[in-house]
Parts: sequence; C-alpha cells; structure tokens
Amino acid sequence: MAEVLVLVDHVDGEVKKVTLELLTAARRLGEPAAVWVGPGFEGAKEKLAEYGAAKVYVAADEELTSYVVAPKVELLAQLVADKSPAGVLLAATGEGKEIAGRLAVKLDSGVLTDVVDVADGFVGEHSIFGGAIIAHAKVKRGTPIVAVRPNAIAAEPAPAAAAEEQVSVTLSDAARSAKIVEKVVQEKGERPDLTEAAIVVSGGRGVGGAENFKIIEDLADSLGGAVGASRAATDAGWYPHQFQVGQTGKTVSPQLYIAVGISGAIQHRAGMQTSKTIVAINKDPDAPIFELVDFGVVGDLFQVAPQLTEEINKRK
Amino acid sequence: MNIVVCVKQVPDTESPRKLKSDDNTLDRGAADGVINELDEYAIEEALLLKEAHGGEVTVLTMGPDKATDSIRKALAMGADKAVHLVDDALAGSDALGTSYAIQQVLGRIGFDLVILGSESTDARTGMLPAMLAERLGVPQLTLSSKVEIDGSAIKVQRITDYGYDKVEATLPAVVSVVEKINEPRYPSFKGIMAAKKKPVETLGVADAGIEADKVGLAGSASEVVDFAEAPPRAKGQIVTDEGDGGVKIAEFLASKKFV
Repeated sequence: MAEVLVLVDHVDGEVKKVTLELLTAARRLGEPAAVWVGPGFEGAKEKLAEYGAAKVYVAADEELTSYVVAPKVELLAQLVADKSPAGVLLAATGEGKEIAGRLAVKLDSGVLTDVVDVADGFVGEHSIFGGAIIAHAKVKRGTPIVAVRPNAIAAEPAPAAAAEEQVSVTLSDAARSAKIVEKVVQEKGERPDLTEAAIVVSGGRGVGGAENFKIIEDLADSLGGAVGASRAATDAGWYPHQFQVGQTGKTVSPQLYIAVGISGAIQHRAGMQTSKTIVAINKDPDAPIFELVDFGVVGDLFQVAPQLTEEINKRK
Repeated sequence: MNIVVCVKQVPDTESPRKLKSDDNTLDRGAADGVINELDEYAIEEALLLKEAHGGEVTVLTMGPDKATDSIRKALAMGADKAVHLVDDALAGSDALGTSYAIQQVLGRIGFDLVILGSESTDARTGMLPAMLAERLGVPQLTLSSKVEIDGSAIKVQRITDYGYDKVEATLPAVVSVVEKINEPRYPSFKGIMAAKKKPVETLGVADAGIEADKVGLAGSASEVVDFAEAPPRAKGQIVTDEGDGGVKIAEFLASKKFV
C-alpha cells in the first residue's frame, strides 16, 4: 500500500488535534507516514503511533523552523521525490494552506484546500459560499496535495508502529530568505485553540463592550470551550483580532457553536456555518442567525448567558 | 519603490453566488462584482508605503472585462496605474494556473514589492501569495499585520495561532496582509475624477508570454467534479426568554450530551 504523507502540525512538540484527524483520513487513502519538522519528536511519538502513523520521517534540524514556510516545502518536495507517496495531507490552517500551495508549485501537482472530507482517490469535499454549496473536486495532475479543515473529520485511534526514520534536507538560499527573528506568544490562558476547539462561544455587537466579554469567557470556560468574536466586536477593539470568526477571520467547525449577541451577517456565517450544533442568544427575533440554529433564545444576553453558565456549572 | 498590488474582483458576498452547471466554475454573471475585501487593505498598505518611501503603485488584476470596476476603485483610492490581464483562455484557471499567469506578468512589469490580500472571499484558498513567492523565488512575508521598510530591508509581523512572528527579509518580496493591518481609505471625489485619466494597460495571454495550455480549465491541475446545494438545516427550536432562557439552553445542551 502506498504511503500517504501527513505533515504534523505541532507547537514546540505538542501535537495539534488536526494531525490526528489527518492520520485518520490518511488511513482511508493508504499507509499513513507522518512528517515531523523541528525538535520535540520523542515526546510526541506515542500519540502519532496511537493514531495510526506506520512511519514517521523526522527532520529535527531547527533551521527548518527558522524561516517562513519554504523549508518545510523543500523537505516535503524531497520526500515526495524519494518515497513516491500516493499523496500529501496537511492542515488547512493559514500556514498549512501556504505550504500546500508552494508544494503544488514546486511539484506542479494539483492541490485542494480547506476540504471538509477526503475520499478514495483523494477526492475532496468542499463546503463553499458559507456552507450553501457542497462541491467535490479532484486532482488531475501530479501527486495530490490536500489541506483539510480542522475539526471536519473525527479522529479515531488505530495503533501503529510509528517507525522512526531520520531525514534531512539541504535548504536553498531562497528557502532562507524570510527569517523568523522572534516568536511572540500572546496571552491565551488555558482555553483550547479556536480552530481546534470542540466548543466555541462567540460574542458580537450585542455584548456592548470589552469589559462585558467576561460573560462570554465565563460561558466558554464552563463548557471547556474557546472564545470567538464577530468582526463587529474585534473592529470595536473589544476582543483581539486573532479570535475573529468569519470571512475575514477564522473558519471554525466545532461540535457546538454558541453565538451570543451576534446577528449572523454573511461575514460571520461564512466562518461558522459548518458547526455541527448551533445555539444563539439574541434579543432580535428577526436576526438571521436564528435561520441556522438548532436551538435559539430570543432574549437579553445579559440575563440569559450568565444563567446558562450558572446552570452548566450546577450540572457538573 | 515599485509596488504592485494584485487585486481580484469577486462576487459580492451579499448577493447570491452560484456555480455554473456546464463546467462547475464560478458564475461571474450571477452576482455583482466587487474588489475582494482583503485586497483593499493591500491597496491601502501600498499607498501608505508609497507615501512614506516614494515610488509608484501599480494595480494588477486578472479577470474578465467587468474587472475594470475594481481597477477603477483602486485607482480612485490613489494607485498610479493598472495592468489588466484579460483573456478567455484564462477562464477557469485554478490557483496553480493563476499564480503562473500572474508571475509571467510580474516578470514583465517588474517590482520591488508585491502586496496582496491574504485570501479571496470566493475561492478562499489562501494559497496565491505563497505560490507567487515560490514561483518568483523571493521572500514570503505573508499573513502580515504590520509592515516596515527601511531601505531594502523589510520587517513584518506574521499572524500565527499563538500570536505573531517577527520576520525579516530583503526586497524584492511578496507580502500578504490581514484585515488588522490598517483601515482602507474611501476614494475622494477628486480621486474618482483623477482615476479616469490614469493609464490602464490591457494584456492578453500572448502579450504576457503565458503558455495557454498552462492556464484555463484545461490547464488546471485540479477540477470540480460535481456540486449540489447543501441540504437545508432542519428548522431549529426558538423560544422567547421568560426568565428561564439560560436553563432551557442548558436542558438542550444536556439532551445533546454537551453537559
């Protein structure tokens, strides 16, 4: 069975959940072979084995993570040339999509991005125009490269060997041209990553101010979820930009999405419409968000949201 | 400094968007066309850099005749001139083909800096800026929330999941911007009038040295094989708060095993 390369998404050795989803998807397409870039593999090996990595190509050289994207592309291109895999799977994150794009150019291969499912023959399913259309696409030329949206495929364990093979690549000068001189970590607390979280609670214009986002955070924390914000809220400076859910922000696809004080303009819907279960609290009964919900409450969020938080905490 | 801003005309997200059933490509006649929103931030950043460092801002777009609307808007905001790559042979190009076509034009017109929005609101692939950097062999300074230039040195802040990276490179380079970077200006009346006199060069595939078999639907390396409207969501339950709205949501969440 041909190998399917899976680029491991990790932060300082901590494997992101999307990687386990990619390994799960890779098993349908061939034999999963994870590709590890940077330090920290030893601590992650067990997890990759648990989710089905038959093999792991380990490129531990720190230089590969010192420049923007290009070194990972050169490593993957070399692995594709050496191992002739059936295809390459990556996470459809900002960086994952960029790696996919550059790799496609380097290999002159077809690439699909932001798919919500991938089937036999690397046929990708897309949810486009804010979830209104489901389209299927395939690659016509080269080694298929597919970037998969986090949270779209359920990760399932399937123990494998995770046999380690050290690999290295000699970088071109072009790959060293955009140097990362400092990584700045901004406060995030203990909450899960927005695009990976199983539960997301977002606040919008109705929240009315930065200080009131405490209500959203308390609700998110009661559920162990991430906090998001609509563009109206980030534009107003009530919540940091990297938490914006929507067309010009992040796309999320959690099991549960709770929209608080968000009207549901297309800008926002484009970023959350594929959430599995949607709940909304809004005082306007005509708010478009109610067209999407599984459960909605027309009411004052300052009453309903704290009561919900209290009730959830009581039931724990 | 010679700055080229790549802009894309996209269907207005407020109007209905469709695919065509004959070739599964975007139906550009179905909706009003507007400049891709993030590209307005790219134009603004180009204008700010020009105001600080001098030089010239060229708008480059690939798209049908109608895309002149987006060119006019960019010129009215303050760009100096425009290049419009328009040819039936380009219709249906995927990101790979599009990046090749734009690379060919950039090679002809020259640049110190190429700026783009980080993704478009229609295809949303988020790949084109990185693909261009790969093809042009220049530094990739993408997903930027801040850009500083000093001589030939360029520094950006690149948005990441954990915050941002500080990235340094030397011009020429490809930059893509996120919405946080600035606040795009509105064209003034004077700007709109001036835009009418600014030069717009129209190029076809042959003029730009583009090999026609590498672009368009046939030259693309990926294809949409089918599409359908997503099944409508089942109508949800909506209640009016009578003092127990929070409790009712908790009960719903419990029924779905979330709590």
